[in-house]
Amino acid sequence: MEPTDTAEPDYFHKVVDCQWACPAHTDVPEYIRLIAQGEFTDAYMVNRASNVFPGILGRVCDRPCEPACRRGRIEDKPVAICRLKRVAADHRDDISALLPRAPEQKNGKRVACIGAGPASLTVANDLLPLGYEVTIFEQFAVAGGLMRTNIPAFRLPANVLNEEIGYIVSMGADLRLNSPIRSMKQLLDAKEFDAVFVGSGAPKGKELELPGRRDSDRIHIGIAWLESVAFDHIDKIGERVLIIGVGNTAMDCCRTSMRLGAKDVKVMARKPRKFFKASAWELEDAEHETVQIVVNRAPKSFVTKDGKLAGMMFEALEYDISGGEITATRVLGDEFYPCDDVILAIGQENAFPWIERDIGINLDRWNVPVVDKTTFQSTRPEVFFGGDAAFGPKNIIWSVEHGHQAAISIHKFCQGESVAARMPRGLTLSSRKMGMHEWSYKNEYNAAERRLVPHVGLVERFKKVNVEVELGFTAEQAALEVQRCLNCDMQTVFTAKLCIECDACIDVCPTDCLTITHGGEEADLRTRLRAPARVTAQPLVVSGALPQTGRVMVKDENLCVHCGLCAERCPTAAWDMQKSTIHWPHAGDGETACRPKQRQSA
Amino acid sequence: MTFMAKPKVAHPELPRNALGLTRRDYEGSNSTLCAGCGHDSITASIVEACWANALQPQNLVKLSGIGCSSKTTAYFVSGAHGFNSVHGRMPSVATGANAANRKLHYIGVSGDGDTLSIGLGQFIHAIRRNLNMVYIIENNGVYGLTKGQFSASADVGTKAKKGEVNSQPPIDPVQLALTLGASFVGRGFSGDKRQLVPLIQAGLRHPGFALIDVLSPCVTFNDHEGSTKSYAYTREHYHAAVEADYVPRAEAIAVDYPAGESLLVPLHDGSQVRLRKLEPAFDTRNRANAYAYIDAKLHEGEYVTGLIHAQDAPEHELHAVNRTAATPLNRMPYERLNPGAATLAKLMARYR
Ligand SMILES: Cc1cc2nc3c(=O)[nH]c(=O)nc-3n(C[C@H](O)[C@H](O)[C@H](O)COP(=O)(O)OP(=O)(O)OC[C@H]3O[C@@H](n4cnc5c(N)ncnc54)[C@H](O)[C@@H]3O)c2cc1C
Ligand SMILES: Cc1ncc(C[n+]2csc(CCOP(=O)(O)OP(=O)(O)O)c2C)c(N)n1
Ligand code: SF4
Ligand code: SF4
Ligand code: SF4
Ligand SMILES: [Mg+2]
Repeated sequence: MEPTDTAEPDYFHKVVDCQWACPAHTDVPEYIRLIAQGEFTDAYMVNRASNVFPGILGRVCDRPCEPACRRGRIEDKPVAICRLKRVAADHRDDISALLPRAPEQKNGKRVACIGAGPASLTVANDLLPLGYEVTIFEQFAVAGGLMRTNIPAFRLPANVLNEEIGYIVSMGADLRLNSPIRSMKQLLDAKEFDAVFVGSGAPKGKELELPGRRDSDRIHIGIAWLESVAFDHIDKIGERVLIIGVGNTAMDCCRTSMRLGAKDVKVMARKPRKFFKASAWELEDAEHETVQIVVNRAPKSFVTKDGKLAGMMFEALEYDISGGEITATRVLGDEFYPCDDVILAIGQENAFPWIERDIGINLDRWNVPVVDKTTFQSTRPEVFFGGDAAFGPKNIIWSVEHGHQAAISIHKFCQGESVAARMPRGLTLSSRKMGMHEWSYKNEYNAAERRLVPHVGLVERFKKVNVEVELGFTAEQAALEVQRCLNCDMQTVFTAKLCIECDACIDVCPTDCLTITHGGEEADLRTRLRAPARVTAQPLVVSGALPQTGRVMVKDENLCVHCGLCAERCPTAAWDMQKSTIHWPHAGDGETACRPKQRQSA
Repeated sequence: MTFMAKPKVAHPELPRNALGLTRRDYEGSNSTLCAGCGHDSITASIVEACWANALQPQNLVKLSGIGCSSKTTAYFVSGAHGFNSVHGRMPSVATGANAANRKLHYIGVSGDGDTLSIGLGQFIHAIRRNLNMVYIIENNGVYGLTKGQFSASADVGTKAKKGEVNSQPPIDPVQLALTLGASFVGRGFSGDKRQLVPLIQAGLRHPGFALIDVLSPCVTFNDHEGSTKSYAYTREHYHAAVEADYVPRAEAIAVDYPAGESLLVPLHDGSQVRLRKLEPAFDTRNRANAYAYIDAKLHEGEYVTGLIHAQDAPEHELHAVNRTAATPLNRMPYERLNPGAATLAKLMARYR
């Protein structure tokens, strides 16, 4: 193996597993440390710089960071990254002075955003401080997109949405509610805007055309039904409800049903549990609320009796599974499940009935727009897409990152620069050495187990449809949970020419990450390390030849707990602990935008 | 040293020995030695060897004198028995313990000062009595603990940190042990665990006194330019005469070595330590040959390392010579340990 090029900016970024896995590259270890120091406001602002909605995401983020968290490889459970985000949001002070502001003097460019979901709001958040005039068109009377209309209030209260959307709107966005765009052609022909961002989401719930589908009005489409609940158009449901599908929408539908009078709610799944799309924690919450999950049942028909929905017929299935894949399916027979209502929650699609097909915006044969994966530009140069509208339904944090990237593109486009030329990513390292054995971070490993977020009791939570179920960590819980973070951004940086091969670092490393051995190819090296290094997704760092013997220092990044003991034991400071700060570009970086200092403390 | 102890968190897939323990289970308390001290690597090698031999921690006794080296018994196998004695007096304590209980494994850790200066007399007698123990000298050429004075193993011409040159000839513990008829004599280097660990494993299985002299740089007082015990100097001048491998049980039956070229030391779990000659002119079983060989190399400025001399079945072992009881004294009934007043009176009568 050639010596590893750790100067490549992504190298150390990947070591910070959570930050690398976060679509918006939130600086997780930094905000967790700030919480540990009681700097909640700064922790909030570090979050906001990349994910824009810390209070919202601290409750409902899909949290791709958590399965990536190194702690989850050392022991069972990752750090409760998401719930710590909420801690920052819950305990922050007034942040108005720290928010970016729009300059008095505008730059003369106008941008339209269609839809007031997280994608559009992020575009506005990034462009307003640069002097753009941003107009947001929203068909409904409230902003927030699916966060408002579909994510139930018992998971995401309205005041949290209002507050964080308010920060952006009050920067000076021209938010036009009750203003559906019915013709893209008209909008573009009017030439009122220099660029248009389409953040209209994936608003169409998928249909299930089975016999009997049209025979009853008690068969609902999940996302439309949740929207009606959010707008108070629906406030009750029958006692027995069947939910078809087992994704996150199904979880919200079943839990909402429990709050509207249902007593017996069954989520009907076609496949076994390990193939479910819903997040483990959503399933857990639903089952805790006595929702039943029925597996291996494929819907066959809707059954009505005397003009009234009586139930549904299913085929009971049996599967052969090998190597995690279904290899064969057998039908065992029909089974009838009685019910009063059915909610279909089997997916969403994009729909653009308002985009004319002859205006240069190409849609593919599935009616999905042709959008560049990096620039988010459509085939019509001044039109950009992002969020669920771009590549189909994802989640809030992806919508935010799309918004950031689209904002970069729109800014470049409006300034006459190449949209394709992206801004470089960067990384800076700075030593944390304070004294012989002192580091300016808490390097001690804390063996605490993951804390559990307290929940409102089962009786209390069903009293109203909008009682928030999760209470957030207590101060004591948060204080312990932050100590579980391994500080993966405190990088181990090696200088080969200083090493005297005394083995001190190797002996002291608790997780046996380090080995001095003769060089070789990666596959061979992996067999010669002090401890098994089977996780090939995690890199080996290989040094140049060591001065005394010409051997090499090899580090397996996989299980390093960033305790700094290697650097503490090293007599020559060949190992050093250096904090990496990752620069993930945002629109207008390096320009004198109207951004106040985004932190309170030094 | 480090300010915090090595945390208990470990690699989840560490290999386990016959007792189901990982090498982490053989660690001791946090080392307080200077960061980079050779002694810490020897500690790690002892941990590895005890783990590989699947030693029951409570069947091990750790003994030492005074010095940085002697402090290290606290840093391995915290489940073992231990005695940190006075300067140079570890052999007497070891002899007493050994006489009282021959069922345990004994590891003595000492320094070149502790062994070759103040403790030389005791050391010689431990060899003479052929005490069943592993005796490790962590040899750095200085009194580390008292800030780097030359010890009795400092080479002629070596320079102290402040520039002073040593003119006294050294005592080489390996040559000394050979002349005294020690039955197992090895030399290692703290920077070469591949060689050192099997040597300790074999020493632990040797039924008699096993001396292992380990070159162990003092990173603080003896690792400078001009020192003959620095990391860099040792790496240039150490000369492996024998290569040692640990052969796991599964492979042990399958390996077949040409006679005379390798020595297999059986371990009780069915595995073996294989010691392979790298020098054709060298014969580990022949004491005179071994002595002549290392003496010649020493004159060329080379330290021969590896297993230098081993007798398969040494005779005069302490317990055999003294016809001691096989049962540890603490398991003997009180009546046998103390024959009583009547017997004493009879005995005394003989002197009247
Ligand atoms: C039931 C459900 C639960 C979910 N739970 C989670 C969760 O827990 N965590 C998570 O991260 N994600 C969740 N999601 C997904 C997440 O809500 C979406 O991925 C995200 O909101 C998409 O953001 P967006 O900005 O692309 O679009 P949207 O949020 O869909 O916003 C689009 C907006 O555009 C408006 N609009 C559409 N067409 C027009 C038009 N022609 N003119 C004007 N306005 C228009 C819409 O009214 C809407 O307000 C969930 C989704 C559903 C359906
Ligand atoms: C009876 C007695 N004399 C002198 C000392 C002072 N003393 C402490 S350690 C030491 C030398 C230790 O040298 P060595 O055994 O080589 O150990 P190192 O520290 O080098 O590992 C001396 C002379 C003492 N502790 N006790
Ligand atoms: S910081 Fe150093 S000692 Fe600690 S786990 Fe990582 S490599 Fe090992
Ligand atoms: S502790 Fe430092 S000098 Fe010693 S082997 Fe490790 S990196 Fe090299
Ligand atoms: S003084 Fe020398 S021998 Fe003692 S701990 Fe420090 S480096 Fe090791
Ligand atoms: Mg010494």
